[in-house]
Amino acid sequence: MDSLLQEEAVKNRAGQAGSDVLPPLRLPCLPPGFCRPASSHEHKLNFQKSKEACLNYIHDAMLQKQWKRAAEFLTFYIEALEKDFSREYMGPSEIIWRIGSEILWHHSHNGVKEFSSFIEQMKTLAIKRYLKVCLEHVFHLLCNGLIDEAYQTLSLAESWRHGEQTSVQDKEMKLIEAYRGLLDYCSWAKQKHILLEHGQDGFEDLSVEQEMHSCFRKAAVNLKEVIKIPGVWDPFVKCYVDLLEFYGDHDEARQVLNEYAYNSKFPANPNAHVYLYQFLKRQGESKKLLVSALKILHDSVPSHELMIEFNTMLQKSKKRKKRRLGLKVIFAALDYAGWKENVKAWSCLAKQVKQIAISEKHLDWIKQEWNSRRDWWPAFHFSRYLAKRNWQENESLSYEKALVAGILLGKDCKYFKYVSHQGCKTQVKRFRMLKKFVNKHSPVYLRISGLSDSSVPP
Amino acid sequence: MDEEAVRDFNERCAQCSEVNWGVTDGGRFYCRSCHNVTERTREVINTDFISNSRVQTISKGSRKKEKTDRGCEWYVCEGFQFVLKKQAEALEALGVCPQMKDEILCNFWRLYLQKTKQAYCDRPDGETVKALPLCDSSTDVESEPETPSLLHLLSLSESEGDLQTDSSFISSVSKVSASTSVCSGSVDGSLYFMKNQKEKLRMTMPMTLSFCYMALLWLREPMTLSDLLRFVVEGHIPYLNVFQHFPEKMKLYGVDLKIFCVESWPVYEEVYDKMLELAAFLDLPRFPDITDSCFLHPDMLCMKYLMEANLPDELHNWTCRVVKKICIGEADFLTLVPGNKSTRKVKYDVLAAALIIVVLKLLFLLDDHYEWLLSDFAEERNKNNQEGRPYFEFKKWYKVIKCSLDVEQKKLDEERAKYQWRCEKPLFYSADKKSKVLKRRQMVVNLQNQFGKLSGSVRPAEKPNPSSFQLSWSEENADGSCFHGHSLKGILQEKRGVLAAMNPDYWLCTVQLCRERSCGHLAHYREVEFPQSYHFVLRLFSFLLRIQPSSIHDDVCLIEHKLFNKKLCKKPKYNTVIRK
Repeated sequence: MDSLLQEEAVKNRAGQAGSDVLPPLRLPCLPPGFCRPASSHEHKLNFQKSKEACLNYIHDAMLQKQWKRAAEFLTFYIEALEKDFSREYMGPSEIIWRIGSEILWHHSHNGVKEFSSFIEQMKTLAIKRYLKVCLEHVFHLLCNGLIDEAYQTLSLAESWRHGEQTSVQDKEMKLIEAYRGLLDYCSWAKQKHILLEHGQDGFEDLSVEQEMHSCFRKAAVNLKEVIKIPGVWDPFVKCYVDLLEFYGDHDEARQVLNEYAYNSKFPANPNAHVYLYQFLKRQGESKKLLVSALKILHDSVPSHELMIEFNTMLQKSKKRKKRRLGLKVIFAALDYAGWKENVKAWSCLAKQVKQIAISEKHLDWIKQEWNSRRDWWPAFHFSRYLAKRNWQENESLSYEKALVAGILLGKDCKYFKYVSHQGCKTQVKRFRMLKKFVNKHSPVYLRISGLSDSSVPP
Repeated sequence: MDEEAVRDFNERCAQCSEVNWGVTDGGRFYCRSCHNVTERTREVINTDFISNSRVQTISKGSRKKEKTDRGCEWYVCEGFQFVLKKQAEALEALGVCPQMKDEILCNFWRLYLQKTKQAYCDRPDGETVKALPLCDSSTDVESEPETPSLLHLLSLSESEGDLQTDSSFISSVSKVSASTSVCSGSVDGSLYFMKNQKEKLRMTMPMTLSFCYMALLWLREPMTLSDLLRFVVEGHIPYLNVFQHFPEKMKLYGVDLKIFCVESWPVYEEVYDKMLELAAFLDLPRFPDITDSCFLHPDMLCMKYLMEANLPDELHNWTCRVVKKICIGEADFLTLVPGNKSTRKVKYDVLAAALIIVVLKLLFLLDDHYEWLLSDFAEERNKNNQEGRPYFEFKKWYKVIKCSLDVEQKKLDEERAKYQWRCEKPLFYSADKKSKVLKRRQMVVNLQNQFGKLSGSVRPAEKPNPSSFQLSWSEENADGSCFHGHSLKGILQEKRGVLAAMNPDYWLCTVQLCRERSCGHLAHYREVEFPQSYHFVLRLFSFLLRIQPSSIHDDVCLIEHKLFNKKLCKKPKYNTVIRK
């Protein structure tokens, strides 16, 4: 209905505009030398060309980490500042700020002092960038462990006012405040630590406690503000939730985390679900809630480290559907190279596969998962080279993998053959058992690989 | 009406720095953006003086205001005169004969001032300045020795006093400068960009070099235009930032910056064309003949470039033969006759480079095949016969030249990127910008110091000693990288007692010269369409002369056409291959 009405409206407007009174089109004036392109490369001044060439040399030097050379060319680039009338986004002053701080960060004899004197000059260069430059200064101070100086810089930036505040400046100011909140949180955590330690000695210090609470208030106000704006605010959210939990405001914490994870205005952020899951776990929430949190995480990051936990949780479930999901989760995790040599993941898979093989129920689950991987897993996981390496580096890993390989690919597969051979040679009992197990369940291989007709699920 | 009045008032508003002026009823300028009313009044244009008036109005207000920042009144032409003087002095220091500054250049300049009605004429444009009621004191130079006229300071020939005494121009200037000195930059800066200046051949910074080159050419000094421009870039001749040497009292503001502050290197073609234009404008007679004893004669220049390109001396014989054959060594061809449009004007350095390339093509063909064949033959011969002069091997020469050319080119590119364009003397468009500019300047210096320390070098390296050779090769080097003494035997054969090239073929760079007047080129060079050896040779000379390869290519085509003109009409005896 709505769309129909709108269409009508558009048509109406078009009709109005297209009716009788069309003003004649007035062409803009052409410059006197219009036959020439307005600003081709040819007509650029040598000054600009020279500065562009200089900038290219700086880029090359920086890419090759030749900081001294980059600094040398920057010295010659700097005079471009004197002619910086451009309104381009990336004018010389911005370039000098960014490149200069990068060079100083990597190649400076006198660390913080030199950087500070540089950045103070940059602050005066462009009003629009003032807050950004301040933030960078703060990061640099923090990287050098100068927390008090960083705090001062933030406070100073907060009190800075210039003309009408634009929306961009507004956002940047929120960020400044948020970082100050973060530092307040840090000092809160410090006080808390002191208090807890002394508390054990039976010693109580009221002033420390008071200070701690005041830190809490300052931090909470600023942190709460910034996480209202759609964005990725991981450290701020984490700290804020920590504060809330400490003071027992679990409802607020839950609300914040739910908002952060589920509000569609925020960009998709896997960590939001991780934080929510961890919170729910701490709260001792029901399995159902935990599973649903992890399910979303699985959908966005199948390779997340929590997937082991997820799989274990699902395997224990009595519901078939959940166990089915568990298998899917662990297979998906092992698709990623990062998990290739993770014993825990392989043992999870081995365990579940073994269970299914023994019960001979739900072989179709394995078959389904295996179908999409049959053409690449053997080379990815079960090559002879990997068998050799896994055996040398991690016997348990090779055991788990050999079990999986034996069931999925049969007893003739290279990986299984090599590992079981080596295992039997060294007279380790579990490898002999493994060989026996695989031999016994060899029909499973035939069924999941579709070689036997009896594999058709009921 | 108002539009007309404000058109030439293009200073920035002191309050909002916009240029958007209107005129109040009281005749004052007001800013349409912020409604700030200036103390400048509208120019009152007296139609009687329209062709001849310089400054219509300079308001009382601005004069009073700027008493704190005193400066002299000066004219744009004085600025240029100062630049010319500095350049002439630099040229003298480089070894050009002293006559150049005091006689030749000075006279050219006077002639220019006269032709453009700026001085040495009955009613110079500057005359109207006298009419200004504001000049309360009309003291002469002689009566007030403490404040000597700027022209006195600047005159090209200090020995001759005539410039100060015999021009009516000088008196008009001195009257103003002696009065309540105004320092709003030059007096006539705003008139400089007006349209009617066009037919007068407006003076520009590149034109100062045209003046210099014209004087050098008149004296037949051993300096080509490419040399002159290279010396400018290397900083041996003042050009960029030359205003920093202006006397303290000559203040530059506003439009003056556009006139004297350059941010580009002079371009060969531009300086050359302006020189021709200037010579015609000044109605100069035929220049002194370029004979075969002159440095600019192709036979001489070819020798110079053969040496610099590290080619065998024997090739000189061949360039001379080509010169003779196509009659380009004659004074009538080489000498500049200003205003004569029928003759082609000669760029001596480009012509010589093109001649060498044509000779190389005659002997080695440069088709990416034949030259290597000859080189292999020479190499074989040199292996078997260690006695006597070695045969010239093109391959070996290519390797040596390519190597040093790449090194030099890289050095040059880096130098260009590192060039410092700003000078110590800060420039600002108007007085209210001063503090901002100075602050920026200070910051730049601070930052330069900071990063200079990090890189270990604060200031750029010293400029190289001026030399007309950029590449030098010496026989004394034991590594055999000098080819001057190598022999052309093996690629020549005797025919009826005359040594001729073994190579029977030739290819033309172009069949027809471009006839389109508008493009100004004889041919159009596209690298991909030509053999790489040919391009390499072009690149070598393009580096030596610091001009585009296509400019040299033009002259190669020209020489080829003179050389093969008859053959092109008749049945070809040579197997002339024509490239598309």
